[in-house]
Amino acid sequence: MITFLIYAVIFLGVAALVRLAMVYQASKELRGEREENVSASENSWNAILFIVFMIALYAGYIYLIFEYSDALLPKAASAHGFKEGSIYSIDALMNINLVVVNIVFVVINTLLFFFAFKYVREKRETAEFFPHNNKLELFWTIIPSIFLAFIIIFGLTIWNNVMDADKEVLAADGSVVEPVVIELYARQFDWHARYAGADGELGMANVRYIEGSNQTGVMKNDPNSLDDIIVKSEFHLPVNVPVKFKIRSQDVIHSAYMPHFRAQMNAVPGMNTQFTFVPTITTNEMRQDPKVMRKYEKINLIRSEKGEDQVEFDYILLCNKICGASHYNMQMKIVVESQEDFDKWLSSKKTFGDSEGLTTKSKKVDNKLAENLEIN
Amino acid sequence: MGVAATANEGNAHIHIPHKEGFLTKYVFSQDHKMISKQFLVTGLVMALVGMGMSTLFRLQLGWQGESFAILKWILGDVWAPDGILSPDKYLALVTMHGTIMVFFVLTGGLSGTFANLLIPLQIGARDMASGFMNMLSYWFFFLASVIMIASIFVEGGPASAGWTIYPPLSAIPETIPGSGTGMTLWLVSMTIFIASSLIGGLNYIVTIINLRTKGMKMTRMPLTIWAILVTAILGVLSFPVLLAAALLLVFDRSFGTSFYLSDIMVQGQLLDVSGGSPVLFQHLFWFLGHPEVYIVLLPALGISSEVIATNSRKPIFGYRAMIVSILAIGFLSFIVWGHHMFITGMNPFLGAVFTFTTLLIAIPSAVKAFNYLTTLYKGRIIFTPAMLFAIGTVSTFVTGGVTGIILADSALDINLHDTYFVVAHFHIVMGMSAVLAMFAGIYHWFPKMYCKMMNNKLGYVHFWLTFISAFGVFLPQHFIGLAGIPRRYYENTAFPMFDDMLELNQLVTWFAILGAVAQLLFVFNFLFSIFKGQRAPQNPWKSNTLEWTTPVEHIHGNWHGALPTVHRWPYDYSKPGADEDFIPQTVPLAEGEVDEGAGYGH
Ligand code: HEM
Ligand SMILES: [Cu+2]
Ligand SMILES: [Cu+2]
Repeated sequence: MITFLIYAVIFLGVAALVRLAMVYQASKELRGEREENVSASENSWNAILFIVFMIALYAGYIYLIFEYSDALLPKAASAHGFKEGSIYSIDALMNINLVVVNIVFVVINTLLFFFAFKYVREKRETAEFFPHNNKLELFWTIIPSIFLAFIIIFGLTIWNNVMDADKEVLAADGSVVEPVVIELYARQFDWHARYAGADGELGMANVRYIEGSNQTGVMKNDPNSLDDIIVKSEFHLPVNVPVKFKIRSQDVIHSAYMPHFRAQMNAVPGMNTQFTFVPTITTNEMRQDPKVMRKYEKINLIRSEKGEDQVEFDYILLCNKICGASHYNMQMKIVVESQEDFDKWLSSKKTFGDSEGLTTKSKKVDNKLAENLEIN
Repeated sequence: MGVAATANEGNAHIHIPHKEGFLTKYVFSQDHKMISKQFLVTGLVMALVGMGMSTLFRLQLGWQGESFAILKWILGDVWAPDGILSPDKYLALVTMHGTIMVFFVLTGGLSGTFANLLIPLQIGARDMASGFMNMLSYWFFFLASVIMIASIFVEGGPASAGWTIYPPLSAIPETIPGSGTGMTLWLVSMTIFIASSLIGGLNYIVTIINLRTKGMKMTRMPLTIWAILVTAILGVLSFPVLLAAALLLVFDRSFGTSFYLSDIMVQGQLLDVSGGSPVLFQHLFWFLGHPEVYIVLLPALGISSEVIATNSRKPIFGYRAMIVSILAIGFLSFIVWGHHMFITGMNPFLGAVFTFTTLLIAIPSAVKAFNYLTTLYKGRIIFTPAMLFAIGTVSTFVTGGVTGIILADSALDINLHDTYFVVAHFHIVMGMSAVLAMFAGIYHWFPKMYCKMMNNKLGYVHFWLTFISAFGVFLPQHFIGLAGIPRRYYENTAFPMFDDMLELNQLVTWFAILGAVAQLLFVFNFLFSIFKGQRAPQNPWKSNTLEWTTPVEHIHGNWHGALPTVHRWPYDYSKPGADEDFIPQTVPLAEGEVDEGAGYGH
């Protein structure tokens, strides 16, 4: 019955519209308006609407900027993402880009809507015949070129720095800080993190070795594997120490996305990708950041209204490449903490050798096997 | 064959050589005007389907995990159990939406409609070089559309790996339900689509090069034709690469090869594949994929150039610079594809090169934007619905273009890649620009296509609602992206960190619904005007180009008697000394008058 009523209403509505349009058309023909396509009042109204629209657009935009500035990502928690007092960071590059881009957005749209308003037929005797002007055109070819040259050079300088997988950090005494090596292992639909352990070397691995509890296919014959430490659902990083991520996938393409660190790299099956960054802010420090606190206050308000439990800020690793039905929920929590806390946490975890019952370290790598397999 | 054979015999009087039945006139027509209408209607139907899908999955994004009777009603129990869209079917809808919008609406629909309508009419030809191939092109397109729609109904659902169908997700059926029969049909449909687009494109190029009427020098062609020419060249050069990529994928799926696959275990099953690379597919895909963006965009910019010049009653500013920009954009579009792949593990040096080439495109784009502005400057603007949409196109082109500068910067893309920032960017710069321009083209050339006028008032309401919802939907998505929300996420509630974006997502969905409803006005106007609209005068917009010198009623061969001769460029609007504010291209130059298009001699 309801369905029938809906259909009836739709049908009657359309029929009424048809009648209306026909009457309107007939009256227009009677009034002899056929020659002029657009009446003076229609034209003027549209001109004014462009200005109204422009104001509404900018007002809406400004509202969004103020209302949602806290909701956006906080300042980067990595050395390449944000550096106090330096313009060589992703956030600085982004801010400069945003300024320029917003200026262009506003200036051109304003001119466009303003011209539409100002040069409407009703206010003009004639249009000016102005087919071209080489100087003017040269001018607006060169200005963007200069600006772009600047953006390109600036951007690529930072890109080269960010993509350097062997970033070094010097300790107070001038010595080079040993990096932490971690493998991020992706599969439908979870992550594992594997620490290289005391020797700083990851054992070799390949999907062919996956069996039983050895879920990420670590090569048991490789002595480097024995002290590796594999964790799920949460992994920790020491602050101010370079972290070298080696990234691998078991099935389809995933992407290791750590937005707070301005870090992302695809996990590609059959390939080994990498990304290195230096975390600079611990989880606890981030929780004290005013912007982050405001954001989580709001979030907790929303959550309590919905009867959900309260949350605190955490760094996260997300999957950011469509990888299947549960792509939207493939995450790992990241904790950044002091070196001591980190060491304590790591040493509480079982090594690969222990959990697989591989006691001796004397086993030699099966070199032949390794060569044949294009080991990752 | 009568029409094609006489197409370049400019002065031959055209006799229609055969009697036409219903089938040859309306269905298997070889007349470019009829084929153009066929493309348009098919494209519009696909657009409604694509839009409907986006409205459905926007419901899920606005009210995540809530039950909607309408979802259950439309999608049924398998797709939306209890009225809640299921996660894999969310991806199916997104994938179909993207595929339909990009390929079927804005490539097939847009180019097919306006290339077919405008090429012969604006260059002064009796028809396309090959009417038969033209017909074939449409029927391939139609078949591809039918197969793509049919794939929605097969077991497991349609392709669900995103419109970019990256393997291994698209190669291994076990990884996602849509990668079974649905994916196979996607590949079949796209193969036929590519054939259609190649046949059509070759025909467009040959016609433009060979069948221009007397006096129609390249430098006297309307910018629509220039844009369509470059578009066709891009298509002919890049679609075969997609075809190759798709064929290799077919081999990987069905014949045990591993071009794209290596070291894979799915659901505990080790696959016997090694040595392939998924990244290879991405190179091949984006070698088409980026030019594709301009295949969508260039005709849109061509249309808006034409409409803006006519309705500003001014010459398009910097005609030559516009042509050079189109050529430059076309050329550069072939060497920027890597900007979609900055974080695939590609060598960082390559990334740097692609950042460089991509940012270069901003220069010709900026030139175009400034030239549009200067065309409006000191004009005498008439706001036909087409003009409103054309101005809208310029606005979205600029608004979406500027965020491209950010995304082209590889260092910034690290954090923005595959977030909603990208969704916002490409919808505005490509989706909205092209959609608005397509509407501009429909309102502008409707009198030529259907010999009737569309209703202005409805056109105005349609424009303003569409324009408002375009920004309403996509402006907030920049913020959603900057908050770090990835695209192709079924819901964000797994991450408390995104909870404060739910409200904004609702706002976006409301605007999407508003935009969808607004399109019903258009559909009504379109159908009503076809049947009940006022009869169109011959040259309703007082335009200079040749199509307005043809009789209102359609005839084979387009012109009674001889083909028109062209004496001037198409933009002599408000030329000092002329009686009227327009001088059609067929009017000979007066004593001492300079043809502005032919040379900038001063
Ligand atoms: C009716 C207005 C539209 C709305 C509300 C809309 C909305 C959306 C949304 C929400 C997504 C999903 C984003 C994601 O999860 O990744 C999407 C994807 C997409 N849309 Fe639209 N869209 C609209 C019109 C268009 C148009 C006109 C185009 C033509 C270019 C288009 C092309 C695409 C493409 C290519 C994708 C990506 C599909 C994929 O991720 O595989 N959309 N759209
Ligand atoms: Cu994933
Ligand atoms: Cu691109």
